[in-house]
Amino acid sequence: MKKFYEQLTDKQPWQGLFMGNHAVARAMLEAGVKVITSYPGSPTPEIAEALNSVPQEMRDFHFEWATNEKVATEIAFGSSINGNMSVVFFKSVGLNVAADSLVQLGLLNLTGGLVVILGDDPGANSSQNEQDNRHFARMSYIPVMEPATPSEAYKMFLEAAKLSKKHQMPIILRLTTHVCHAKELITFGAIGESKVFKSEFDIKNGHYLPITKTVFPLKKKAMEKLDLIKKESERSPFNRVYAPFDCEEINGKKLGIISSSMPALSVMENIDNSGNAVDLLQINFSYPLPETMIADYLKEKDEVIIIEELDRIMEYEIKSLAFDRNIKCRILTRKTHDDIMGELTSERTWDILSGHWPEVFESGIKPVTQPFANPRIPQMCPGCGHRSAFHAIKQALPKGTITVGDIGCHSLGFFEPYNMGEMLLSMGHSNGTAAGLTIGNEKRKVLAFIGDSTFFHAGLPAIINAVLYDHDFTLVIMENGTTAMTGHQPHAGSGEIGEKISIDKLLESIGVKFIRRVDTYQQSKLTEYIKESLDHKGFSVVIASHPCMLKFMKQQRRKEGFVQKHVEIDQNKCKRHLTCIEDFGCPSFVKNENGSITVNEDLCIGDGSCRPTCPVSAIDFKKEAR
Amino acid sequence: MKDLNIYMCGVGGQGIGLLAEAMLRACHKAGYDVKGVDTHGLAQRGGTVISHLRIGKKIHTPLIPSGKANIVIALERLEGARAASEMLIEGGKVIFYDAQYQTIGNRLGKFKYPTLDELEKSVKAKKGESVRVFEEELSDPRMQNIVIIKKMIELEWIPGLSVKIVSEALAELMHVKTLEKNLELIKQ
Repeated sequence: MKKFYEQLTDKQPWQGLFMGNHAVARAMLEAGVKVITSYPGSPTPEIAEALNSVPQEMRDFHFEWATNEKVATEIAFGSSINGNMSVVFFKSVGLNVAADSLVQLGLLNLTGGLVVILGDDPGANSSQNEQDNRHFARMSYIPVMEPATPSEAYKMFLEAAKLSKKHQMPIILRLTTHVCHAKELITFGAIGESKVFKSEFDIKNGHYLPITKTVFPLKKKAMEKLDLIKKESERSPFNRVYAPFDCEEINGKKLGIISSSMPALSVMENIDNSGNAVDLLQINFSYPLPETMIADYLKEKDEVIIIEELDRIMEYEIKSLAFDRNIKCRILTRKTHDDIMGELTSERTWDILSGHWPEVFESGIKPVTQPFANPRIPQMCPGCGHRSAFHAIKQALPKGTITVGDIGCHSLGFFEPYNMGEMLLSMGHSNGTAAGLTIGNEKRKVLAFIGDSTFFHAGLPAIINAVLYDHDFTLVIMENGTTAMTGHQPHAGSGEIGEKISIDKLLESIGVKFIRRVDTYQQSKLTEYIKESLDHKGFSVVIASHPCMLKFMKQQRRKEGFVQKHVEIDQNKCKRHLTCIEDFGCPSFVKNENGSITVNEDLCIGDGSCRPTCPVSAIDFKKEAR
Repeated sequence: MKDLNIYMCGVGGQGIGLLAEAMLRACHKAGYDVKGVDTHGLAQRGGTVISHLRIGKKIHTPLIPSGKANIVIALERLEGARAASEMLIEGGKVIFYDAQYQTIGNRLGKFKYPTLDELEKSVKAKKGESVRVFEEELSDPRMQNIVIIKKMIELEWIPGLSVKIVSEALAELMHVKTLEKNLELIKQ
């Protein structure tokens, strides 16, 4: 059996079961992409996982995890104007970070081509919102392709790369969570001869410096390019009609549906299940909208329902074109705010369709389901250093302290039993927000959290600001040496790319006067430092460090002779204070029906970080494993 | 054969990813058209992890509609009960490995952890059938997923899912040493 990277880099065409993200990585190799950049964020990290599986010496592309999405975009831009086909990818909200540079790309001649891969997240499966990045594309004059399946993601990437190179403009390939992670059989093409890196930047290809009036010719050109791309979308095979049944009139009316990407699959399934003569126009090359194709479709129908996921974007554009062209077709849309939220799964789509055409999509044939109370809220892993940190920090906080969360595994501190980190905006927001909470506030202490990857990503500007104004709050850097939440990618301070950049030295050099560092397993020391830092007048930092234990244990288990340790509870000592369960909250503890507490050895990693939390010292390492 | 929706679930860290990938590949090798999708992201941190597998010619979306799962494969009791209520189709089948991982709500006394009886009742309410799997002497909890695959072969709920095919699928997914250990268990 071939190794994964051998499959990925196989020069010959082949067929295999592949995930959407991996399929896109293969497409990059077939398209001769030279430079790929990103910052980790669900649902896209598996693109990098695939690329990074290729041994360094076999790569004829450069991949780099940048400090943040904006830096990643700029690297891709730089390499593209040097003549290299380039790709940048990130999650939905990553685009907000990249936006300052990304909104310029449409104005400029990207000679090598540049594909922006977005991982949008309808349903907010792993994001702080479900923003619809099709808005951004329109604001930035950048075309959008929206594949519905992994196969289509692969094919669309190839087409996007081709068009991007041809028109020297950026193209957005907008994936959504369940396109990224879907798996199916895909037929791949061949990988051609390796291309060389180019360094052909020439200002004559531009110009590249939009400022004041020079913006206008660039903007005009961007719009002209969009006109050309529109011709492509009008004839694109990605925009097509799905008509499983001969389309006759139903109750004297010709009925159609317009949809795109994954919701279009839901529509197809519903048409199949209805057995009724309704067809679908699927618009997956969605911006610029193929207006003529859509107008022709509308003209043939009496009623059309528009099924799109998230915001009403296609809907407004289609209504507008129907109005301009005086098309009589009745255009029906989603009715409620709820329909604007979450994924349009096939059952939800059925309800929307049924709401308009109950005779076609009959209601009342829904299967019986009961919602199940007892949610399983994600938790920090057994042994996680953040748990020890939250437990220790809680002991030090005066009543009324405001705690500010940030993005990363430590966001989970918001949940029971810690309830710390009471607000969240974006990557790196915590220092700015904390500073704002201190202004004119003499009564309540403020404590902010940030992870180490986020510290480098977007944390520094607000930290510098806090130093300049000496804002009176404490920052706790939850350092675990990796970008844990998204699957252990390296960062500037992890020491895996180049020389490790020291957070301590950085803080010293910008003039932070109060810095303490402690391993979070030393809980009493951490509590002491937090007390001290809150008493310190002005900005203070405590680095609460412990390696990510999920990553650490994975490494340990691979070692020869590894023996799994556990803790156990001495039932004679245990007085059922329940601190281990109710305050410390390691998921390895089990509360039995008789009230006793035991350890689930499937989960316990024998780290022992729970031991100091027991008021009667009933927890200890299990004897045989000592 | 009719289309089959196979809904797999468990708790982050239990090896749902491997179970799902092995089932996807095995069903493909058994000659079916397959589509699948995993849920990732936050769920990896001790939350519910779900994978959808749909086999059949007329499938478009990889996501199983709620209440349309013909087979539920659960690696944990509570998640099995959840899937039985929310996902199982009338007359569907549930196989669950009887690992018991309490939720924070269970430990704080806000919710009761389901008993075996409760799980079985909720399956019966849908006129379904449930199979409990548990290996007292399992050396490594990370092999629970293999135990359940073994049982899936025996039950023949998916025609064509054989020891040979599953072994081939597993061979694509793991190092030789781990494979040997797992195959030993499957062929027992």
